[in-house]
Amino acid sequence: MSALRALAGALALAISVAPISALAEGTTLLNVSYDPTREFYSAYNSLFKEYWKKKTGVDVSINQSHGGSGAQARAVIEGLDADVVTLALAYDIDAIAQKSKLLSPDWAKRLPDESTPYTSTIVFLVRKGNPKHIKDWNDLVKPGVAVITPNPKTSGGARWNFLAAYNYGLRANHGDDGKARAYVTALFKNVPVLDSGARGATTSFTERGLGDVLLAWENEAFYAQREKPGAFDVIAPRTSILAEPPVAWIDVNVQKHDTAKLAKAYLEYLYAPEAQKLACKFGYRPRLTKILGSCGSHFAQMDLSTIRNFGGWDAAQKRFFGDGGVFDQIYQR
Amino acid sequence: MSRDTIPGRNIALGTTLALVSLAVIAPLAAVVLSLNGITPEHLARAIASPDAIAAFRLTFVASLVAALIDLVLGSFVAWILVRYQFPGRPVLDALVDVPLAIPTAVTGITLATIYGGHGFLGAWLEPHGIQVAYTQIGVALALVFVGFPFVVRTVQPVLAEIPKDLEEAASSFGAGQTLTLRRVIFPLVFPAMLTGFALSLARALGEYGSVVFIAGNLPGKTEIAPLLIITRLEEYDYQGASAVATVLLIASFGMLLAINALQRRFSLARKMAT
Repeated sequence: MSALRALAGALALAISVAPISALAEGTTLLNVSYDPTREFYSAYNSLFKEYWKKKTGVDVSINQSHGGSGAQARAVIEGLDADVVTLALAYDIDAIAQKSKLLSPDWAKRLPDESTPYTSTIVFLVRKGNPKHIKDWNDLVKPGVAVITPNPKTSGGARWNFLAAYNYGLRANHGDDGKARAYVTALFKNVPVLDSGARGATTSFTERGLGDVLLAWENEAFYAQREKPGAFDVIAPRTSILAEPPVAWIDVNVQKHDTAKLAKAYLEYLYAPEAQKLACKFGYRPRLTKILGSCGSHFAQMDLSTIRNFGGWDAAQKRFFGDGGVFDQIYQR
Repeated sequence: MSRDTIPGRNIALGTTLALVSLAVIAPLAAVVLSLNGITPEHLARAIASPDAIAAFRLTFVASLVAALIDLVLGSFVAWILVRYQFPGRPVLDALVDVPLAIPTAVTGITLATIYGGHGFLGAWLEPHGIQVAYTQIGVALALVFVGFPFVVRTVQPVLAEIPKDLEEAASSFGAGQTLTLRRVIFPLVFPAMLTGFALSLARALGEYGSVVFIAGNLPGKTEIAPLLIITRLEEYDYQGASAVATVLLIASFGMLLAINALQRRFSLARKMAT
């Protein structure tokens, strides 16, 4: 009898709860990200879940999707139901805003630092002992030095590489565009293979023994060093570019899933000290500089330019990587 | 008009056409339709720029060369598998299908590793001035690998069906081995060889995954047309990508039609002769 009553009670409870839970907020997020962030976001998701549970008592689940940054952006444009995107460059999130109208075009203004909670830069990965004595950008154009970098037309990371090299060309020649161009042209003469993605280039260099130096995300360089201890040295050139991978929630999708509050909190928490420490541990430079002392001894002091020195992504994309742009001209005989 | 002995013609035909439309015709039509509204300048830039032309040339030439090598190599393997008993034959037979089963990226990375300067074949070839990995030769090599099973698998069953007494008859009429091979066996397997050739050619024209790892992908030199499609997509240039895809589509379709026509003519001529 009591069992029957319990059943009836449970049923009544279920009926009374059902409409409420339909109105309640969604508890599942899909984070669509790019390749090298896989390890960082797995760790961050656990950290956030714990924080959110403590704060609100609600259990959330977070799914991750990884791929090339551009391909991921296209997937979102074509309907992949991302609540948040965490991509390699702002250009890809701009493309989502322009082509799909799924989020507001001024998305970058919604979070601190243009919505880039962590940064990275471009460094050199060389063979152990640095047999070719590669110290700075001018060493890359010397005869007999093979440089590995992916194709900037297909890889977000490669665009940062290219701009870092061009930036050196400008700095070394008092801002002379013609000489900067000549420098990157000479650099690409030393590139034997153009992989289509950053991970592919890392594999070419680390696994297949191709090339003397790999231009890599700093976090990828540390990753390669961890994977194969004693095989590589990381060389920090004096100048490079500040790579700022951005994050954003996708307005239309979070409204549909009723996850607006959760998605916003998920991205905001990236700026919290614990999350910044985690990013630091995975080789990203934290925005919160005061935690650098405890985790950032591996980050070299470098003179870093930003994408704003090139007039922002829209201008840089058109000028350097668009059809007939600087990169195309390098390969036209 | 003869009535079909097995019923269900209309149902079978209807289902087949519906499935073919959904799985084959609809996506192909979507590619061509997405060209809608492209400006002539954009089209010219997408398919007639020096880099695009170089990519098309590499794709077509390397695919043809690879399909021809597959034709010779595959026919030999089929012959060996059908005609000779030797230890390990079942293993070789099963190995033939492996290129179809392994992920193409694995194929590409493996080939690049073996033929690269540090690989066990590359380390031996490169001092002799033969560079395979990251050259056009590497592209063709990857295409040979992925296309090779098609020739074996189309030629093998036809060879196995040829009755032994046909050869005995030929020899009893005084035909030597070469003549028997040329006039009796070859005409019987030639249509199958053509089909295998067409299939491996078609596979090669569209192959992406294995090639990009061994090609080097330098614009104007070792960049294949399918990679050009990916490049255009990365620039969010959907129309440019569709333009390249449409050229590949029309060219492949044309080649396959021509090969099929050749095969039909050959079969017809043979039927009339007998």
